[in-house]
Amino acid sequence: MEYILHLLVVLSIYAILATSLDILVGHMGVLSVAHAAFYGVGAYVATLAVLALRLPFVVAAMLAVVVGVVLCALISLPAANLRDDSLVIATLCVQVVASSVFVNWEGLTRGAQGIRGIPPPVLLGVSFAGPGRFAVLSGLAAIVAVTLARRTTSGPFGRLLHAIREDEVVVLCAGKRPAIVKIVVLCFAAGLAALAGSLFAGYSGYVSPTSFGLLESVLILSMVIVGGPGGVWGPLGGVLLLVLFPEALRFVGIPANVASEVRQILFGLLLIVVTIFHGESGLAPGRVLRK
Amino acid sequence: MTEHTSPLRCSSLEKSFDGVKALRVRDLEFPVSGITAIVGPNGAGKTTLLNALTGFVRPDAGTVFLGNREITHLPPWRIARLGVARSFQEMRLVRLVTALENVMLARPNQRGERLFAALTGIGVAAEEATNRAKATELLRFVGLLDKTSDLAGQLSYGQQKLLSLACCLAGEPRVLLLDEPVAGVHAEVAQEILNLLVRLAAQGRLVVFVEHDFSAVRRVADMVVVMDQGSVIAAGRPEDVLSRPEVVEAFVA
Repeated sequence: MEYILHLLVVLSIYAILATSLDILVGHMGVLSVAHAAFYGVGAYVATLAVLALRLPFVVAAMLAVVVGVVLCALISLPAANLRDDSLVIATLCVQVVASSVFVNWEGLTRGAQGIRGIPPPVLLGVSFAGPGRFAVLSGLAAIVAVTLARRTTSGPFGRLLHAIREDEVVVLCAGKRPAIVKIVVLCFAAGLAALAGSLFAGYSGYVSPTSFGLLESVLILSMVIVGGPGGVWGPLGGVLLLVLFPEALRFVGIPANVASEVRQILFGLLLIVVTIFHGESGLAPGRVLRK
Repeated sequence: MTEHTSPLRCSSLEKSFDGVKALRVRDLEFPVSGITAIVGPNGAGKTTLLNALTGFVRPDAGTVFLGNREITHLPPWRIARLGVARSFQEMRLVRLVTALENVMLARPNQRGERLFAALTGIGVAAEEATNRAKATELLRFVGLLDKTSDLAGQLSYGQQKLLSLACCLAGEPRVLLLDEPVAGVHAEVAQEILNLLVRLAAQGRLVVFVEHDFSAVRRVADMVVVMDQGSVIAAGRPEDVLSRPEVVEAFVA
């Protein structure tokens, strides 16, 4: 039971990450490999706010979101006019720099050894220690995050995102500014990733650079692509598959050290298969319409 | 803007690409309203002129005025907001959404396109209803009412041209700049589009369109601007201009 609740916590954190990344990748057509950077920023900010500033968890989580959003705004202001390949490279750079900061700013992050001893969140006098109680907290956060994400991808805002994905000139001709919309949406997604980061810190009690590296960004992106980007349930399907699939390997009797290698190979295979059957790039839905 | 100043004029407009002068227009003043056709052989600079007028290309020199306001270096979205709508030779539509949504997207200044309003939903539903009604009205105007819920990418070429026109009208523009709105379109649909342009001009708008077919130009244009090698070589009433020897020569060459 404990194990299943633990999986629920992991699933809900990844649900926030994948859904927020899907706003960028699936709906707005911005391929980002920097999502784990903001996930990490959220985790570190929440950790330091709780441990160094002695702030309550909720305030620490809010601070994490604010810092994530502000950082993303600063980074995306100069990057907003980039498109396609150069934008992907820019996000890669952000991720590499962030990873490097997590490892090398030892005074703040304690480098590769990470920070231990983050106390479990306490809300209104109730401690959310252990997977059982934490699953409620992270589950609620995931429901709120997915609902908010859904609101940005439907209605007039969703229409605008889809237009930016298809052709920014259409948006310009309508008297709208795609660059501003992109910055706002990048910041929104970064804020949600930072929220997920603060939940991760509060749950695991330990943060270290390996949790927020390029591989993590690729994992979140894989969830979006495998699940089918640009839908509501697609990324959640990808989360289920990519979280539960490696867990299943445990029960097949593969030793833990081998399992992690096998996992990487299977992820790679899965991605290849999905991209082959999901059109040329595996990105936006219905790309088939394009010549 | 007084009724007697030209809504759109430019002077000494120049643009080079890799050292080749693509545009050098000394003085060009469009009439207050009516239909103006821009004609010229391929590579004459017609599209570059439209791009320079709408901010998609930054001219190397010269000025563009919209009424009394200089718009030379404004970005395309600002110029669109000032009431200049633009269509492109290659279709610029959101192919994966419906015809109706394409026109709704083109409606300006929507509250629901701000993140806060999208997240809270405040005031969005009523605004959407208004925009849907206006968009439906425009689709009726261009004769696409039965295609409202078809994906834009699945419409025929002529229907896509009509849809682009509806999108251009969504912002209630004062000036329409259309790049080959009837090129490659079936004769019947082309006539339909030309009739619409006449109706739009009759409502007091300035309609400028790029066209190759002289018979279409003769039928609807009040003024014709002939371009060759980046310059305006003649401008005036079609019956006066189109038979001039230098114009004929430019086209034969």
